[in-house]
Amino acid sequence: MAIENEVKLIGIWSSGFVTRVMIALNLKGVEYEFLPEDLSSKSELLLKSNPVYKQVPVLIHGGKSVCESLVIVQYIDQVWASSGPCILPADPYDRASVRFWAAYVHDKLTSQIRVLILKEDEKSKAEAEEQLFTALLLLEEAFVKCSKGKSFFGGDSIDLVDITLGSCINWLKAMEIITGTKFLDKTKTPRLAEWAERFCSAEAAKEVLPEAEKLVEYIKFLRAGNRAAAVSSSK
Amino acid sequence: MDEEVKLLGSWLSPMSRRVEVGLKLKGVSFEFSDLDVFFSKPPELLQYNPVHKKIPVLIHHGKPIAESLIILEYIDETWADSGIRLLPKDPYERAMARFWAKFFDDKCSLPLAMSCWTEGDKQQQILADCKLNLTTMEGALKGKKFFGGDEIGIVDIIVFCSVYWTEIAQEVVGVNVINEEKHPILCKWMKETVDSNVLKDYMPPREKLFCHIQTYKDAIAALMAVRFGSN
Repeated sequence: MAIENEVKLIGIWSSGFVTRVMIALNLKGVEYEFLPEDLSSKSELLLKSNPVYKQVPVLIHGGKSVCESLVIVQYIDQVWASSGPCILPADPYDRASVRFWAAYVHDKLTSQIRVLILKEDEKSKAEAEEQLFTALLLLEEAFVKCSKGKSFFGGDSIDLVDITLGSCINWLKAMEIITGTKFLDKTKTPRLAEWAERFCSAEAAKEVLPEAEKLVEYIKFLRAGNRAAAVSSSK
Repeated sequence: MDEEVKLLGSWLSPMSRRVEVGLKLKGVSFEFSDLDVFFSKPPELLQYNPVHKKIPVLIHHGKPIAESLIILEYIDETWADSGIRLLPKDPYERAMARFWAKFFDDKCSLPLAMSCWTEGDKQQQILADCKLNLTTMEGALKGKKFFGGDEIGIVDIIVFCSVYWTEIAQEVVGVNVINEEKHPILCKWMKETVDSNVLKDYMPPREKLFCHIQTYKDAIAALMAVRFGSN
């Protein structure tokens, strides 16, 4: 591949944000080099290409870096518009609707998942669970509207909402294993539960979604690190 | 295409003003519904934005669009051939515009809004956040005349609205959030943008906003504390 077309992705295996980008690249059939990052000892490349947040994912295309998962996915959709399915629909109103729900998942769901993973007190966890269930019920309704009876939020193909919510599925499954609470519950959100199975088996997603069991171990590791940091900062 | 464009907003909200500016820059005629959202939740808001219950909401052909950045992209795409381009065409430049718009909204909007309405240690922390994050925003200007390059774009619009509001609020309450010493690049950009006459006529009159904020400052402080926490 010519230098000006080289695609690289700086990321970590566990991050749902990174997964979003990998799924988008897969949907478009884009070849890329994955550069695994060690967030405890950040590389020069990461610090140079994402000086604002110093976080993953970062897409480097032809030497230019694009940051923030939803910005990156929309960039991929635009650059490789003629390959694979559209990640955003053509109609402006439908695009606004897709952006709305993707932003909703990004702002509401991921923060609650983070609370569930890291907070130890029962009150915070209970509040986060309640907010998560409220969000999932709303997304169940949104799925019915957006899918119009088809397999994905995007209809026949995966769109930005599918990607954004889909990257959370195995994190939710990991939390289900740890807490015993069923988040993607067939009795409460049947359409969403079925959608989740379909998404996890989709060609573009199945190889890149981090396994729930591995995430369970990773969460235990994160919690231990959190506790150690809390102890050392209170000495 | 211009038919039935309605904006649910508030003349007091910089978020709502962003969308007004976007519509006006595109030459779109619209009906403005000025809602009292500070002390109540009007029924139209609950009907058209049941998820977030916030302004602004754009209603086009009866269909609602919520969230100011999403509305601005919708406006840019729907009236693509009218007025100025709100987002660049080039994919990389478009990504940069989206990145900085989101950064501003995530890191600057709220601290700027809160900076005049908190006290003590909490205020000091917020002012420190403002300084850090606005300095980062200045990096986005990188020797350009506007955030959008040679022409103003979506980032200029959203930053201008917030800075316009903050400059007035800070005068009312006597706090120094934005000044030339702290943010020389931002202040220079603000002056360029005012001088370019593109945006300033779309802002509420300075005296009117100043008077309102001054008259209701205690109520505003109380409201901000309730909405965004005071601890």
